[in-house]
Order: sequence, then C-alpha cells, then structure tokens
Amino acid sequence: MTKAEFGVTRFSWRTQSVHVFTHSWQVRFLTVVLFSCFATLLAGCERGLWNQPYPTEQIRSSTLFSSFSEPPKHLDPVVSYSSNEWAILGQIYEPPLQYHYLKQPYTLEPLTLKAMPQIRYLDAQGEEVTEEGEVVYSEYHLFIKPNIRYQPHPAFVKNPDGSLKYLGLTAEELEEISSLTDFEQTATRELQAEDYVYAIKRMGLRANHSPILDSMAHYIVGLHEYSETVNADYQARIKQDATAKNRFFDLRGYSISGVQAVAPDHLVIRIHGKYPQFLYWLSMNFFAPIPWEAVQFYKQPGLIEKNITLDTAPVGTGPYWLVENNPNKRMRLAANPNYHEDFYPTDGLAEGADPSLLNDAGKRLPLIKEVVYSLEKENVPLWNKFLQGYYDASGVSSDSFDQAVSVTVGGAMELTSEMQEKGIQFLSMVQPTIMYVGFNMADPVVGGYTSKQQKLRQALSIALNYEEYISIFLNGRGIPAQGPIPPGVSGYQSGHAGMNSYVYDWHNGQMQRKTLEEAKRLLAEAGYKDGRNADGTPLTLYFDTPATGPDSKAMLNWFRKQFAKLGVELVIRATDYNRFQDKVRGAKAQIFMWGWNADYPDPENFLFLLYGGNAAIHTNGAGINSANYDNPEFNALFERIKTMPPSEERMQLIEQMVKIAQQDAPWVWGFHPKSLALYHGWYHNVWANPLANNTLKYKRIDPESRFEMQKQWNQPVVWPLALFVMVLVGSIYPLLRAYRNRQSATVRHSDGGKR
Amino acid sequence: MFAYIVRRLLFAIPILIGVNLITFALFFMVNTPDDMARAQLGAKQTTPEMIEAWKVDHGYDKPLFYNAESPGLSSLTETLFVEQSLKLFVFDFGQSDSGRQISADIYERMWPSLALALPTFIIGLVTNIALALLIVLFRGSVLDSVTMMVAVAIMSISGLFYIIAGQVLFSKVWHWVPISGFESGWDGLKFLILPILIGVFAGLGSGMRWYRSLFLEEIHKDYVRTARAKGLSEIKVLFGHVLQNGLLPILTGVVVVIPTLFMGSLIMESFFGIPGLGSYTIDAINAQDFSIVKAMVFLGSVLYIIGLILTDLSYTYFDPRVRLNA
Repeated sequence: MTKAEFGVTRFSWRTQSVHVFTHSWQVRFLTVVLFSCFATLLAGCERGLWNQPYPTEQIRSSTLFSSFSEPPKHLDPVVSYSSNEWAILGQIYEPPLQYHYLKQPYTLEPLTLKAMPQIRYLDAQGEEVTEEGEVVYSEYHLFIKPNIRYQPHPAFVKNPDGSLKYLGLTAEELEEISSLTDFEQTATRELQAEDYVYAIKRMGLRANHSPILDSMAHYIVGLHEYSETVNADYQARIKQDATAKNRFFDLRGYSISGVQAVAPDHLVIRIHGKYPQFLYWLSMNFFAPIPWEAVQFYKQPGLIEKNITLDTAPVGTGPYWLVENNPNKRMRLAANPNYHEDFYPTDGLAEGADPSLLNDAGKRLPLIKEVVYSLEKENVPLWNKFLQGYYDASGVSSDSFDQAVSVTVGGAMELTSEMQEKGIQFLSMVQPTIMYVGFNMADPVVGGYTSKQQKLRQALSIALNYEEYISIFLNGRGIPAQGPIPPGVSGYQSGHAGMNSYVYDWHNGQMQRKTLEEAKRLLAEAGYKDGRNADGTPLTLYFDTPATGPDSKAMLNWFRKQFAKLGVELVIRATDYNRFQDKVRGAKAQIFMWGWNADYPDPENFLFLLYGGNAAIHTNGAGINSANYDNPEFNALFERIKTMPPSEERMQLIEQMVKIAQQDAPWVWGFHPKSLALYHGWYHNVWANPLANNTLKYKRIDPESRFEMQKQWNQPVVWPLALFVMVLVGSIYPLLRAYRNRQSATVRHSDGGKR
Repeated sequence: MFAYIVRRLLFAIPILIGVNLITFALFFMVNTPDDMARAQLGAKQTTPEMIEAWKVDHGYDKPLFYNAESPGLSSLTETLFVEQSLKLFVFDFGQSDSGRQISADIYERMWPSLALALPTFIIGLVTNIALALLIVLFRGSVLDSVTMMVAVAIMSISGLFYIIAGQVLFSKVWHWVPISGFESGWDGLKFLILPILIGVFAGLGSGMRWYRSLFLEEIHKDYVRTARAKGLSEIKVLFGHVLQNGLLPILTGVVVVIPTLFMGSLIMESFFGIPGLGSYTIDAINAQDFSIVKAMVFLGSVLYIIGLILTDLSYTYFDPRVRLNA
C-alpha cells in the first residue's frame, strides 16, 4: 500500500463517520428502527401492562394467582402428608368427610356422603351392643351421594367392546403425548364405594409407602393381614421380574375383611374397639377414592418415562383438576366440569368473623374457575408482585413485616397506611400447632419425676421468657403456650382456667410470668443454688439443635442468655438434621426444640406426644414422645380419654392430664404460632381454617376490580428510557471525535514540537 | 485428530469412575440410607418397617462398596456403588428417590436454563470483547482510567445486589418488565430481558479487565506495529489482527464453559423464577435425593470433559500451528 492509499483509507473512514450523523439512508433507518420500537411498546400497552406476568385475558377472568415456594414432592394421596401437597390435593380429591369452612371449633361434615357415618358397636361375636357395652369392633357405615363423577380423564375412555382405550399405548402414540391434555378423548364415571376400598388397599401395599399404614393397621380390621399377603405376592413378582415394578399390580383380587363395599353407594369400615378419632382420618386425603382404571392407566412405561403418573397427575372428583403440573415452574388448576352439587355454607359464622363471609351463602361451588400457582423461591419477587397486584394474597416474611404491619402499644397488629391505601386486608389466626423445648426425661440431670427434678424444669420454664422470644423472633406472631393443647382444639382453656400456674401468676385479670427470683428459689430447692452444683461447679446443660445457619445465631444466643439469668451454663450442640433426629430418637439429647402440627382437632392428637407408650426410648426410636415422658398417672388417663367420645367427663380428665404435665414440666411449653395472611380487596371469602384442605372452592375473585387496580399501580415510567437513549446517542459523538483525534495524532518530538 | 479424541475419551472413563467414587463416599459419609428414607417419608408416623421397605424398594438396602454376604465377584457387584454407577455410563439416570424420571426432568429444565444462559453468555462475551477493545483503543486516556475504575467497582459489588436492585428499579419502580416468571417461546422474552442484562452487567467488570489485559499484551507485538506501518486504521488493527491473535487465551476460558451452560444458574433462576436446572442439584442435596445428586455430578463431569476436549479442538481451528497428536 502506498502512502497516498493510506491517506485515502483514513479519510474515507472519517467521511463515513460524519455521514452517520448528518445524511442519507442511515438516519432514515435509525428513525424507522426507533419508530418501530416505540410502536411495539405502544402495541404492548394495548395488550397489557409491560410488567404484567400473565395474559390480560387471564387477569380479567375468574382466576386466582398464587405462589408456592417448594414444589410438592408427591401428589398421590396414598403417600402425600405435607401441607404444601395437601394444598393442591385437597382441591382435587374428595375423602368422605370435610371440615365446615367457617365453624369454630372445627366441625366435621359430610363431603361425598349423604350424612355423617353411622356407627354400630359390635361385640366379639359381631352382635350389636351399645356404646357403653363390651365393644370389640366399631363399624362405620358410609352412604355415598349419587351423581358424583370424576374429572374428565383418558383413563375412563372405553372402546366399543367395553375395554379401556388408552391401555397399551404404542411408542408412536406416546410421541404426541407430553401431558394429559394431549389425549384426544376423555371420559368420566360415577364415584363408587369400591373406589374408597381400592384406596385403602393401596395403603396396604408397602411399595406405595403410605405413612399411615402402620397406625391404621392397628385399627382397621384385616388391614394388617391383607398387607402381609399382598406384599408377599408383590415382592415375589418383583423378584421374578424387576421391571414389574413399573407395571400394574391389580389389587382388586384381594380383600380386606374390615373394609367392604356392600353396595355401589355403601361402604363399611370395621375397626378394632372404639376409636372416635377415626372420623377425623376420614377427612384426610389418605381416604380419598382412587379409581383402579387410573392406576392401571398410569402404570404404562411410556407414561412413567414422561413423568405422567398418578403421583404427578391426580384423578379426583373434587372441584378442581390439575391441568398443568410443572413443579419447577407452575401448577394450574381448572374447575372440574363434572363437579357435583356443592354450595357455599349458609351458617356457622364464627364469633367475631366478618359478616361478609356469608355474602355468597348458598351459591354453587367452586366460585373461582382457575387457579395459577407460580413457583417463587425468593421473598423479594413474591412480595413485590403482591404489591403490584399480581398475586392475590401473600404471607408476611420478616423482611417485609415492618412495611406491612405495625404493632400498637397494646400489642395489637394493624396494617400500615401504605397497605391500607392499597385496600389490602389481613387475617391473623393462631395455628393448631405447638413449638416446644423438650427435656429428655430419661436424662439424669434434667429428667426424673421427683419434686427436686420437677423444680429444676419449672425454674428453667420460668427463665425462658417466651413473650420476649415471640416479640424478638416472631414479630409478635404467636402466643405463649400454657400446655400441650393449642387454641381451637377442644381441651384448650384460655384465661385463668388454662394458665400454667407453675410459670405464671394471675394479676389484675392478666397472666404474668413469675419473677426470676421465684425461678432462682426453685432452682435452689432443686439443689442448684445460683446455678451451681453441690460441689460448686456451674450447672452445665446441653441444647441440641439442627439450627446451624448464621440466621440462627441470634436465637441460640438468646437461649444461652435465658439460662444464664439463673447462672446456668447452656452449651449449644448444633448439628445437621439427620444427627439431631438420631440423637433425639436415641434419647441422647438433653434439651431440644421441636414442634407438632395438628392432624385433627382432638386433644388426643397432642396428648399422645406425652404418652409413655409412645416414648422414643421404649419404641426403639419410633415413638413420637421425644421427651420420653412416662408418668403412670398421665398414661392411665390417656388410655381412658383415647377411646372416649367427646363429653364433659372427658374434658375433665383432659384438664387433669394437662395439670399433671404442667407440674412435671417435661416441656417448656413454648408457643403457638400465629399465621398472618395479607390479601387484596378484590379477593373475597378469605377465612383461616388450618385443618380444612379444600377451602379454595369457597374463595371468590373480582377480576375487573383487580385489573383496574393493576393498571393504576403499574403504569410504566418512560422518562428513564428516553434519558437512557439520549445518553447513549449523546456519547457516540465524543467517542468518535476522540477516535478521530487519536487517528490523526502525530508523534511529537522533544525539540519544541518540530517533526 | 480422531485418535486424539478417542484417547481423551478413554482417559475420561477412569476420571468419571473416580468422580463417582468420591460422590458416593462423600454423600454416604453425611447421610445414611435411613436418613434418606426419613427425608422422603416425612417425620410423622414413620416406622422402622416403612424405612426398611423404602430402602428395599430403592435399592439402598445393599452395602455401599463391599457385600460380604455375596460370594466371589458378586461381593463387589451386588453393591450400591456398582448397581447405581453402571447405568450412569449409558446415561440411564433412572428415577429420583421421590419417583420422578431424572432424564425427563433434565430435558424439561435444560431449555429454560439455556434460554437464560446462552444469550447472557453470547451478549456478555461480545460486549466484554468490544468494550475491552474500545478501552485498548483509548489506552492511557482518561476514558481508560475511568472505565477501569468502574470495572473494579462492578466487580466489587455482589451479584445479588444487581439482581435485587435491578428487580426493584426496572420492575417495581419503573414497571418495565415482570419481576419474575417464565414462558417458553417469544412470550418469554419480557421475562428474560432483565436477568440477561443483569447477568451481562455483573460480568462486565471482570470480563473487560481480563480481555483488556489480553489485548494490551498483544498490542505491543511486532505484527501490530507492522500492521500500523502498513497504514491500517486502529479499528482494523484491533478487530482484524489483535482480536484474532488474542483469541487463543480467550478460547481457553470460554469454550470449556459452553457445554455446561445448560446446567443453569442457581441464584439467577431462583430470583427470576426461571424453571431451569440451576437449583436441581442443590435441592436434591437438601432433600437427600442421592439418585439426582449422582446423576448431576456425573453429567457435570462429562460436560466439563467435553468442554476441555472442545477447547483443544478449537485451538487447532484458530491457530494452524497447533496440531493434536495421539
């Protein structure tokens, strides 16, 4: 290249650079591009708001938008036992009974039954006796309502010859199928008593891993024997051919002597002795009907490979069916077109509840036509989307508590003005749950039943100030527990009657925690004056916990400080959850923190946590009495109340048991947590019934009001975009100029700038 | 070259066996099959019979590495390690401990991960290189110093800050894009814009500095001086010569990560609700689901090995002096 050519090249580039800003087609092109972008944005406005995560049509329809933070592991009612799983399953499956949506205390009512089950008491010969007689068996007669039909499902589709159409799907057919909606045909059939029998049969097959098989085998006549037989046969089949695991194992040929469908609408379940709590189990999904056709349909290898199983695509008679199940993204429920007649309650409003809860009384259910659950693992996007109106309801995390709720001087919670301006409402309710600190009663230091040993635990119970704990770590969302039974469960007593007099005093109509001096006095009487052993060394206790993260540090320090108030040294033994469980089960933990959620609203469900027969130490770690509490008097009373029907006498015995436990203090009773839910003004019929799993059908949405508010709250702010474009365009010229200067720069000699 | 690839693939086999061995040893050092059963069955109502049945059903009733009850060779083969490892080598990942098909899950979740990772990677790479070349163009100037200061500042701030600040500013305050969510196809674009921009921006500081130093090394070499002496413009020198010669060290860092792109990003996917593979392994570790853990560790190792082989192959393409011999 010659020198002249070099010069031309450089000049040519400069000329082009000038053109970009001054002339010709480039300017027109840029204009067109910018105009197109602007038009696209405007078109976006037409379709909806820029930041709306759902289509406008869906927002303007009767659709509830909710979230989940952890994907459900199982959606097969035989194995599901977690609240996040039941939140979905409860809307799809229908066990025989349900809880009344509004009534307090929690009340059972028929769901798929014509009436509550009829109970007959039988003696050893099968002759009917009175409830007070020599009852050997209780027989529950369940009469099923007519015209209850399953959701539309391919499993029910039949060929003209009566055989099921979609069995033995070929590879070619499977190519087109990625979900249930890909099947061309669906059908339904009526619910039959046999479907309930089939569900219990599935429970008996160990390979289904039902968590309640062993406890139900104690009660349901013949379930244990059936389970032994069917498991032996199943294992023999698997031994012959390991792939049989993924093939249909027909349970219809087997029978359980105590579970019979005596007519298509008449189910009989016979249980050993009396067990009044059995009715509560009949409201759980374990007893939801399962059509055998669905089990057979899903046991096709091609469907299993695509994760289309009964565990991912439930088949029920409930108000909704699962249209979409991507547990890592979204779950979508749609109203079941075959849902039977079911109406909003017309009575039962709890005392103090909002009367508008009866505005929809008598209306046909479900009121919402679609529910979209989106996976939100983090609190920040969840909370902000709720504030934008894109979620209809939200819980309140610690991070957003101050923004949402203010606590008055009297300790009452109310919404902040920001929330009130948005028309947000809140609902708070004490959960039927207890979180407690357990003492290992088999431990030589903190355990034992002598007066001295009781006093040590009572002193520590006073020192552990749970009012402070609730205030610091729960933002006031909880109430200190007085005994094992939470509010809402029969046997719970509020006020003076329910007060734990070993920890509290009654002053001016209020409970007051006993003073530290009182705790120190008890400690001294226990033989640990000023928190010291008889030899003068400090009393050292050990607290086992699975809380190992940095977030738990403050809480563990708080525990240390509470014990230090009595001069007792607390050593924290933080470990992973597996080791923690091993230690508690093996009675190797001295003090630990644990909790229990109600399965059903009977005090037996909490008192059995303290029954000696359930002590971990007596059951090789399988028992649920982790504190190993074993007081013969308490045990004897428990055995009496366990089979008693609700009565005044039973209540008195329960009160007696609670008093015994309060004196022995095997637990520091801890607290009952409060749930706090926020919901928008367009979301109606919101009521907290923590034991009912199928409450979605009662909720109602006002979609137009929601859409209007979303528009009001989410108008895009355009000026930063314009500013950004201006800065970008404005910075190009100086850069080009700098480049041009650099290109034209020359080497400067040291002799005064001469070349 | 074919012989070279075959040799590298054969070398991969003992590496994968080793990785698998370590995974087994580490996992079962922390978790016992009983713990795993309890994690799957839940804490309530779990009995020893249920735990035993679960272990038998999932094959965890067998010894880990040595079965003393089996005679001869089967004492080694009838073990958890051999039974669960062999299938991995034919990419049969089987079912997770909770019963889902792992291959189906991976297939379903890899696309959202790719939808986020691939544009972030490409746009990030192009932006980093372009900006680095721009800075090299203005090397020694005020622009160079200011940009480097900004780059250090970008590097110093946690990625989590960019995510939360981005969500608050662009979604909550200005209402430009949804805070989180995902849709497939073009509908997903509005959900991906923000995470991609944040991903690109968060990597800008380190990327610019790294590539700038690479290009500055090149800029003083003789061939650059020759190109200038021949009268080429600075733009042509940088993009036509410096970039091409600086590609080799870039390839070392870049090609190796390409196959692993679909493994996803844990934090990005969590915050933006993208249903990818980012949290698949960590969720499995938390749930004590060994079937997923071993499958994902194995897959990660395979992809890394492929990445390394691809890097070597790319050298031969971009630098004719490099020849791969078996």
